[in-house]
Amino acid sequence: MYHAIVFLPLLGALIAGFGGRALGAKACEYITSGFLVIAAILSWIALITVGFSEAEPRTVQVMRFIGSGNLDVNWAFRIDTLTVVMLVVVNTVSSLVHIYSIGYMHDDPHRPRFFAYLSLFTFAMLMLVTADNLVQMFFGWEGVGLASYLLIGFWYKKASANNAAMKAFIVNRVGDFGFILGIFGVFVLFGSVNLDTIFANAAAFASVDGEASEAAREVLFRFLWMDLTAGEALTVVCLLLFLGAMGKSAQFMLHTWLPDAMEGPTPVSALIHAATMVTAGVFMVARLSPIFEFSPDALTVVTIVGAITAFFAATVGLVQNDIKRVIAYSTCSQLGYMFVALGVGAYGAAMFHLFTHAFFKALLFLGAGSVIHAVSDEQDMRKMGGLRKHIPMTYWMMIIGTIALTGVGIPGTYIGTAGFFSKDAIIESAFVGHNAAAGFAFGMLLIAAVMTSFYSWRLIFMTFHGKPRATADVMHHVHESPPVMLVPLYILAVGALLSGFFFYSAFVGHGHHEGWYNDFFRTALFAGPDNHILEEFHEVAFWVKASPAVAMLIGLVTAWYMYIRSPETPAALARQHRGLYQFLLNKWYFDELYDFLFVNPAKRLGTFLWKRGDGWLIDGFGPNGVAKRVTDVTGRVVRLQSGYLYHYAFAMMIGLAALITWMMLGGAL
Amino acid sequence: MAGMPLLSLVTFLPLVGVLVIFFISDETELGLRNIRMVALLTTVFTFLVSLLIWAGFDTSNPGFQFVEEAAWLGGGLTYRMGVDGISMLFVILTTFLMPICILASWDAIKDRVKAYMLAFLILETLMIGVFCALDIVLFYVFFEGGLIPMFIIIGVWGGKRRVYASFKFFLYTLLGSVLMLLAIMAMYWEAGTTSIPELLAHDFPPQMQFWLWLAFFASFAVKMPMWPVHTWLPDAHVEAPTAGSVILAGVLLKLGGYGFIRFSLAMFPLASADLAWLVFALSVIAIIYTSLVAMMQQDMKKLIAYSSVAHMGFVTMGIFAANVQGVEGAIFQMLSHGLVSGALFLCVGIVYDRLHTREIAAYGGLVHNMPAYAVTFMVFTMANVGLPGTSGFVGEFLTLMGLFRVNTWFAVFAATGVILSAGYALWLYRRVIFGALEKETLKSLLDLTTREKVLLYPLVVLTIFFGVYPAPVLDVIGPSVEALLVDYNAALQAAAAAGDVAAQMN
Repeated sequence: MYHAIVFLPLLGALIAGFGGRALGAKACEYITSGFLVIAAILSWIALITVGFSEAEPRTVQVMRFIGSGNLDVNWAFRIDTLTVVMLVVVNTVSSLVHIYSIGYMHDDPHRPRFFAYLSLFTFAMLMLVTADNLVQMFFGWEGVGLASYLLIGFWYKKASANNAAMKAFIVNRVGDFGFILGIFGVFVLFGSVNLDTIFANAAAFASVDGEASEAAREVLFRFLWMDLTAGEALTVVCLLLFLGAMGKSAQFMLHTWLPDAMEGPTPVSALIHAATMVTAGVFMVARLSPIFEFSPDALTVVTIVGAITAFFAATVGLVQNDIKRVIAYSTCSQLGYMFVALGVGAYGAAMFHLFTHAFFKALLFLGAGSVIHAVSDEQDMRKMGGLRKHIPMTYWMMIIGTIALTGVGIPGTYIGTAGFFSKDAIIESAFVGHNAAAGFAFGMLLIAAVMTSFYSWRLIFMTFHGKPRATADVMHHVHESPPVMLVPLYILAVGALLSGFFFYSAFVGHGHHEGWYNDFFRTALFAGPDNHILEEFHEVAFWVKASPAVAMLIGLVTAWYMYIRSPETPAALARQHRGLYQFLLNKWYFDELYDFLFVNPAKRLGTFLWKRGDGWLIDGFGPNGVAKRVTDVTGRVVRLQSGYLYHYAFAMMIGLAALITWMMLGGAL
Repeated sequence: MAGMPLLSLVTFLPLVGVLVIFFISDETELGLRNIRMVALLTTVFTFLVSLLIWAGFDTSNPGFQFVEEAAWLGGGLTYRMGVDGISMLFVILTTFLMPICILASWDAIKDRVKAYMLAFLILETLMIGVFCALDIVLFYVFFEGGLIPMFIIIGVWGGKRRVYASFKFFLYTLLGSVLMLLAIMAMYWEAGTTSIPELLAHDFPPQMQFWLWLAFFASFAVKMPMWPVHTWLPDAHVEAPTAGSVILAGVLLKLGGYGFIRFSLAMFPLASADLAWLVFALSVIAIIYTSLVAMMQQDMKKLIAYSSVAHMGFVTMGIFAANVQGVEGAIFQMLSHGLVSGALFLCVGIVYDRLHTREIAAYGGLVHNMPAYAVTFMVFTMANVGLPGTSGFVGEFLTLMGLFRVNTWFAVFAATGVILSAGYALWLYRRVIFGALEKETLKSLLDLTTREKVLLYPLVVLTIFFGVYPAPVLDVIGPSVEALLVDYNAALQAAAAAGDVAAQMN
C-alpha cells in the first residue's frame, strides 16, 4: 500500500511528462488527478490503521541507496503516526489541487507539463515525509525544491517568474547548506544517519546540569573553533539542521523567496507554498524531536526564530496590496507559530496547526485563485472590490478560510473553527512553555494574532466589499468558477471548519506516559521526562484562553473600521507614518539588504577574481610570461599545422621513443 | 574467456581501427563516410568488449585483476596490466564516452576527418592504457603520450585562439611531467622495481616521500586541475572542438585524480597525511574561487570549464580526507563528472553547431522551440548542481562527509559550493533556455536531431540511474578503497610507533 501511495504520483508525473504530447492534455489531467485521488484515499486508510490503533512503527524497505564504509543508507519508508499524518495532508491537498487545476489551467497550452510537475512535486514530498534516514529526507527536501523551482518558473516567458524561481532555489540552498552539514554532524556523533539508530542513542547526548559526569564534560567533537562536549555537539547539530528548516519554511532571514514565489500559478502557491512544502521544516523538527528534545538551547533558538517570523511576516502582510502576497506573508507568519510550538516542546500542537493550516490556507489560496480567475488575472486588491455579489460561492469559501485562519470560536468551549483549536493551542503552549524565550514568544504571537485578523479581514473587505474598483470591462466579465474548481473548495472548507474539532484530542490530547508522546503519536514524537506541556497547556487561566479571541476581535474591528466604515483612514495613516509604511511595504528592505550584502559583492568578487586573479596574476606571471618568450616557437608551430598527420604521428613517435630510451638508460643505471 | 588478455585487447582495439582508417582514402565523400563509420564501429566494439571486464570483475577481490605480464623492450622493462576497483570503471567510462565523441564530431568536423579520427582512436588507446598500466614506466608513457593527441586536437581543430590554448595546455602539463619523471626514476632507484603492485608494498622513507609527493603533486595538480594551475583549462575548453572538450573533461581530468589515489595516497601515505592541509586549502579555494568566477562568465564553455575546476576541488579534498567516504566519493564524483560535464559540453556543442557562438547573451528562450533540448539540459544542470537523485549528488555528498570527519573548517567552506553552484548553473540555464524567444536568429533553431538524441539520452539515463542507485559503482570501488585505506592507516601507525620509539630512545 505504501509503495502505491508514494509511487503513484511519480508514475503519473512520468506519464504526463513523457506521454503528454501523445496522450493529450485531457488524458494527462485525468491520469495524474486519478492517481492522486487513489493515493489520498489510501493515505486516509493509513491514518486510520496506523494513527488510531496500537500499530508499532515499522519500516518498509525499498532499495539500497548509498553504502560507503560504515555509512549505510537505504531507500525505505518509515511508517508511524507522524508519517501518515503527513501523507494525509500532502495527498489530500495535492489531489484537490490537481482537480482544481483542471479548471484553473484550462486555457494554458502546457497543461501536461504542469500536471507532471505537480505530481513530481507530490512524489518528492512523499519521499521526504516517509524518509527513514536523513539522506532520503534530503533527497525529498531538494526534490521539492526542484519542483518548486520548476513550478514558480512555469510561465517561463516572464522574467519575474524566472528570477523568482532562481531565488527560491538559491535561498533554499542556503538552508540546505546547513542541513547537509547537520547530516554530517549527525553521522559523526551517531555513526549513522538512520533515524532508528539516532533516536536510540540520542539520550546519551543529553546536556547534564550541575554535577556533570566525567563523560559529559569530555570534548567529543571539534566544530570550527569550538571544542564541544556531547550536549553542545548535539546543540550545534540541531542548529545546523534547523538552518535547513528555516530555508524551506521561509523563516525570518531566509524568508525572502516565499513572497516572490507567488509568481507561480495559484494552485502551486496553494499546494507548495502554503500547505505542504513550506511545512517541511516543521515536519523535520517534529520528526527529529528525539534529538531536539535533548537540546534546550536549540529549542530556545527555534522559539525565538519562530516568534520573530510570526511577528515580522504579519507586519508586512498588513500593507501588501497583492492578494497572493498577503496570503503568502500570512503563511510565513503561521509557520512561525508552528516553530514556536516546536520550540516549547509542544510538537503535537505544531503538527496540529500544520494539519489544520493545510486545509484553510489551501482554501484561501485556491479561493484567491478563483477571485483572480474571475477578474481576468488581476492580483492587485486595489483594483478589486465589490465582488461579493458576483462570485458568492467564492466569497463564502474565503470567509470560511478567514474565520478558520483567525481562529473564530468561543473560548473555553469546543465550538470553533480549525484555527481556533490549533492556533490557540500554540499560544497557550507558549504561555506555559519553560524555555527562556517562551514569554517573549507568547507576546509576539498575541500581537501577531491581532495583525493576522486585521490583514485577513482587510483582504476580504478590499476584495469583496465596497464599490468595484475594476474597469467596467473587467467587471462585465466577472464570473463564478466552474464546479471543478469549486468542489475542491467545498471539501477544503469542511476541513477548515471541522478538522480542529475532530482531531483536537488526537493531536494535543493527554496520554503521555513512559516513551509515549500521547495516545495518537505514541513513539512518533518524543517528549523528554520533564516535558509536560501537553498536560499543562490545558490548565491555563481563562484570560490566556480568551486572549487569542480578543486579539482576533480587535483585528476584525480595526479592519472593519478602516476598510468599511472609514476607507480614507488607511491612506491618511500611510501619509502620516510615511517611513513606517514604506518600511513595511518594502518588506523591511530585506531584498535590498541582501543584494547589497551578498549578491552584488559576489558578482563583483567573481569579476575581480576572473580578470585580476586568473587573468592578471596567474596567467600574467605564469604561462603568458613564459609564452612571451615562446612566441617565436608558436610561429613555427603555425607552420607545422599546415603539415599532414604524418608529421604529427612522426613527432609523437619520436617523443615516445626518446622517453622510453631515457627510461631504459635510467633503469640500467 | 579465462587467459584471454582482455585488458590489452581493450587497450589496443582502437589501434586496429587506426590501421583500417589509415588505408581509407579521404578524397571522396564515400571515403569520409567510411572513415567515420570505422571509427564509430571501432569505439562501439571496444566499449562492448570492455563491458566484459565489468562482467568478469570480482567485486569481493580488492586486489588487481585481469593481470597480464610480459617482458618488454628486450627485457629491460615489463609490460604489466591489471585493474582493481579504483581503476576499472575509468576504463569503462573512457570506452563509453568515445563513441559519443565520434558521433558528436560526425557533422561538426569537416576538415581533415581522417587525421581527426586517427587522433581520437590513438587517444583512446593511451587513456585506457593509463588506467590499466601496472608498471610505472608504462603508466608514464601512456600518461604523457595522451597529451600529444589532445594537444593536436586542440591545436588543429580548435577555434580562433587554438594555438595559444594548446600551448598553454602544453606548457602547464610539461612542467608537471618533468618533475614526475624525475620522481619515477628516484623511486626506481630506491625500490629497485617499476612494478606498481611492488611499489605499493614498498615503504619509502618519510623524507623521500615528502619530495616524491611534491613531484607527483606538480603533475597531477595540473591535470586535475587544481587552483592556481587551472587557467589552462578554460582556454583549452573554449578552443577545443566539442568532442575534444568532452574527452578532456570526461577522461583527461580524471588522470590526475586517479594518479593522486594510486600514487600519492597509496605510495606516500606519510607525506599525504602531512600535506593534506595544503590540498584541502587549495581545494576549498578552488571551489569558492572558481564558482564565483564561473558565475560571471559570458561564454558558456568557459562557465562549464570553471565549474569543472570547482567540482574537481571536491575530488581532491575527498581523496586526501583519506577515509572511506572521502575516497569513494572522490572516485564516484570523477565518474559522475565524466558523464555530466561531458554531457554539458555536448549540450553547448549542440547550440554552437546551430548558431556558431557560445556567447550566453546571444541566446534566450530556447525552451520555446527546443523543448527536448531544454529538458536534457535541465537534467545535466541539476546534476551539475548536485541535486539528490542525480549522480552529481552522491560524490559531492560523500566527499564533503569525508572531509567533515577530518576537518570541519574546510568542510564548511567547501559546502558553500552547494550554494554557489546553484547560483552559476541556474543563472546560465535561465539566460539560455528560459525567457521570451525574442532574438530573430534563434527563431529558426530546430530541436534535437535523432543523432543528438542518441548522444544525450543514454547520458540522461545513466545520470539519473546512478543518482538513485549508485550501488553498482560503489560495490566495485568499495573493497579496493578499503584495502588501500587499511594500508594507509597501518603505515601512519607504524610511523607513529617508530616516532614513539625514537622519542623514547632520546
